Amino acid sequence: MSEAGNTAAALKTAPDRAQFALLVSVFIVAACGLAYELVAGAMASYLLGDSVTQFSTVIGAYLFAMGIGSWLSRYLRGDLVARFVLIELAVGLLGGFSAAALFLAFAASAGPFRVLLYLAVLAVGILVGLEIPLVMRILRREVEFSELVARVLSFDYLGALAVSLLFPLVLAPHLGLVRTGLLFGLANGAVALWTLYLFRDGLASRVALRRFAYLVLLLLAAGMAGAGRLTTLAEGWIYADDIIHAEDTAYQRIVVTRWRDDIRLFLNQNLQFSSRDEYRYHEALVHPGLAGLPQARRVLILGGGDGMALREVLKYPNVAAVTLVDLDPAMTRLFSSAPLLRGLNGDAFHSPRLTLINGDAARWLEETSESFDFIVADFPDPSNHSIGKLYSTAFYRLVDKRLAPGGRLVVQATSPFYARRSFWCIDATLQAVGFQTAPYHALVPSFGEWGYVLASHRPYTMPTEYSVPLRFLTVESTPQLFSFPADMAATVEEPNRLNDQPLVRLFEVEWRHALR
Amino acid sequence: MKRRAFLAACAAAPLAGCLGNAVAPLPPGDLGGSDAGLGHRLRAGDFPAPSETRSIPLLIVGAGIGGLSAGWKLQRAGFGDFKILELEQSPGGNARYGQNAVSAYPLGAHYLPLPTREARAVRELLADLGVLQGDPQAPRPTYDERYLCHVPQERLYQNGVWHEGLLPRAGLGTKERAQEQRFRAQMAEFRQARDSAGRRAFALPLALSSPDPRWRRLDRITMRDWLLAEGYDAPQLHWYVNYACRDDYGTDYSETSAWAGIHYYACRDGGAANAAEDSVLTAPEGNGWIVRALQQRLGQRIESGRVACRVQQRRDGVAVDVWQPVENRVVRWRAQQLIWAAPLFLLPRLTADLPPPLAAACASDHAPWLVANLTLHAPPGRGAGVPLAWDNVLYDSPGLGYVVATHQNIRVGPGPTVLTYYRPFSGEAPAAARQRLLAARREHWAGEVLADLGRAHRDLGHLVQRLDVFRHGHAMIRPVPGRLWGGARALLEQPWGRLRFAHADASGMSLFEEANYRGVRAAEQAMTALGMPHSSSLG
Repeated sequence: MSEAGNTAAALKTAPDRAQFALLVSVFIVAACGLAYELVAGAMASYLLGDSVTQFSTVIGAYLFAMGIGSWLSRYLRGDLVARFVLIELAVGLLGGFSAAALFLAFAASAGPFRVLLYLAVLAVGILVGLEIPLVMRILRREVEFSELVARVLSFDYLGALAVSLLFPLVLAPHLGLVRTGLLFGLANGAVALWTLYLFRDGLASRVALRRFAYLVLLLLAAGMAGAGRLTTLAEGWIYADDIIHAEDTAYQRIVVTRWRDDIRLFLNQNLQFSSRDEYRYHEALVHPGLAGLPQARRVLILGGGDGMALREVLKYPNVAAVTLVDLDPAMTRLFSSAPLLRGLNGDAFHSPRLTLINGDAARWLEETSESFDFIVADFPDPSNHSIGKLYSTAFYRLVDKRLAPGGRLVVQATSPFYARRSFWCIDATLQAVGFQTAPYHALVPSFGEWGYVLASHRPYTMPTEYSVPLRFLTVESTPQLFSFPADMAATVEEPNRLNDQPLVRLFEVEWRHALR
Repeated sequence: MKRRAFLAACAAAPLAGCLGNAVAPLPPGDLGGSDAGLGHRLRAGDFPAPSETRSIPLLIVGAGIGGLSAGWKLQRAGFGDFKILELEQSPGGNARYGQNAVSAYPLGAHYLPLPTREARAVRELLADLGVLQGDPQAPRPTYDERYLCHVPQERLYQNGVWHEGLLPRAGLGTKERAQEQRFRAQMAEFRQARDSAGRRAFALPLALSSPDPRWRRLDRITMRDWLLAEGYDAPQLHWYVNYACRDDYGTDYSETSAWAGIHYYACRDGGAANAAEDSVLTAPEGNGWIVRALQQRLGQRIESGRVACRVQQRRDGVAVDVWQPVENRVVRWRAQQLIWAAPLFLLPRLTADLPPPLAAACASDHAPWLVANLTLHAPPGRGAGVPLAWDNVLYDSPGLGYVVATHQNIRVGPGPTVLTYYRPFSGEAPAAARQRLLAARREHWAGEVLADLGRAHRDLGHLVQRLDVFRHGHAMIRPVPGRLWGGARALLEQPWGRLRFAHADASGMSLFEEANYRGVRAAEQAMTALGMPHSSSLG
């Protein structure tokens, strides 16, 4: 059967209605085509960042693919309507699931993500490129060419306009990318079904095609229903491992993951420790300061709600009392109750030597009259002005008042490699309130080079022995911690004062640079 | 500009009614501040005859910043024989503060700019209170970091986004940007400008400014006319300058003297060794921390709830009749010297002896203010743009925005807070606005406040637990053209018999530095009159 004959026969009954219906299909097909392009661009920006690059390359690749499709359309022969239906179903399936599949692929780290992204963009683009030439060929006998081009292309662009407005205003914010993709997949499927209905008289294989169309719609609908679970699943994979605990507290989102023997803690998606190497971080935090204070009896830990620093402090029999002040009761509750996590911190929260306080560190310091021989400030990195206050001259003055004569303070001070100036800014801040400082660093593989600053009113001397069992520190290797190679060497910085907080600016710039 | 502000106000008013009643019930709260009844009673003069007479060398009427500064100076000079009588239940005047379970908060003035080099007494006071460290008169002293406003200091809500700083950034074209730069440069020039005798063109206290007519004639025109005459027509710049006039003087820039408008930008040359030029000193209770400290020091010398109801100049001293409302009796105080640190407009009502030109110089022209304190169980949602700052201003709003009482706390957890919202009734006739302010119920003002802030914070209605409204009927004297250098004010520089004027009204500008200067100067002059040796804090 010739293609012209088929079309003419099909349209004999109600040519105007069918023609209008096909133009509506063009509108929907164009809308779907643009939607897949936007979904892919947005997904790439969301997962890879740098939206200008992602959108430019995705749109470029997509338009190029449509060109290929248009060129390939010349090789399509035979029953054009059946071909069109098949293409619609393929676009629906491929385009509809592309966002979901890309998200899962990214989360599962299944293959190089960018390659998969552009493959998907190319495939969908080629199929979408085939659509319009095919529709024009189906309609060309009925309508004069100039009229045909005008009508088809105007509906094409109208569809694009509709989606370009709907996508950012309604779809992306309310449905999300995965569901938006699936929704347009369903629209392509619906066009396929409608075309089958319009050309019901002239199609040889319509029963098989209809069954196929139902199957596609069913799959997409199922995807729509399961989109929520799919997103959770993919987020689970982004954490790479099994999530064994997830909780939204008044202050943060706590996620604990486990993969074989590696347990990891994430606060607001930031890695806090990996059980494989946290001993390096916490030994380096506590012992260079505390090992040299054999008379130390009272210790204060600010932050450190995972109990790991506490575990290290409790190794010293001379320490009679430890006070731990952490903002989030959910955090200390978790690390004092979950068996697996209690195993990690050696059940430190159940030590009779511990006094646990849940509250704001500065408020507690303002109100207490106790003094301490050793104080650990283990706060999150100074990524905003509110946390930055805990790294300020005013805060260190507050800490200083609670430090017993000859006592020491140690501060976790971000990475001197990734955030070199931030590290030295913290050092300068401690010096500005009159402390003598001893900055040092240690390699924690899951973090990289990490920095600490010891502060005291007496000169620092390194411990001549470590009397407690350690896995990382040795007396021989300790001097290396206090030696800074050229790429981490001291820079001259302004202290972090509350009315200016240069640290927060430095930190933001340096980590943005480091993550690129 | 003005029309837009007016339209915004009109739009906010009916909205307030709808939102307030229909959407969420109004939070509970108190209505505080000015009592119109007392004013009327003073005018009627219906008080019992004195039942007791007390003699004292020096009496201060009014425990605002003027009276407290006078008391501070006297005490510092080792002079203890004085009393400060305050009409309200607590001292502080415009710098009063409140306190609830969440935080202390201002009921009025909420900050002090880094004091200028001429504001020697302010610097000495701050050093005495331990906030200024080292030499108080150093060009750039060091201030206690806890009182310097923490970052971020201020942000502006415009076109749905919070921007850093107060100068409108949105829609600024090349021309507008050039005007802004020229304006800044011109203000910097005014800041440096000195006459041949070395006096600054715009000093704070303003009494130390140059008398050169070059600058003083700026007091004859309005700030708006000056801007237009200088070729400034950018609407954003006009908004910014008008904001400054409304903020510092409660007066629209179309009614503010150009000398006063420029003074706002040109007088501040404070600086600090450890802060930026435009930094300010603040605390949860605004300037209330100074009131609190002075109140502690002056202790029993301050008597609150004491209404001066009659003043008579006599040969042997000055007699002040003071009504004590609780006992409904009047005590007659006989003082050798009287420091009048209460609003000047009260004086003509309390004495028949005042010469007419002096009575005219004391007449009221005060902007009324509304201050609302919103207690929130959590900070407002951050919205688009930069995060919550200390001072948060809405473009094209009838209010001046709000400050965050808990900003100066070193806290990480997003706990409850108190927002202090300010609204001057600039651009309205003061008397009519005052009547409206005092007549309307709390619910009316609460609705307007929520409607205004609700534009930027849609979640506000669900966060507010209390909304306390405080009214200042006569908050600020209005520096209209002619007020500062037109002549009448000069009469207030001299004592009237044994009475010395120590209220900021005498300066024509309601500023902490002016009240402090007037109070300290009156205290020093009174000590001289009493033969009490002392060193001057005014240099």
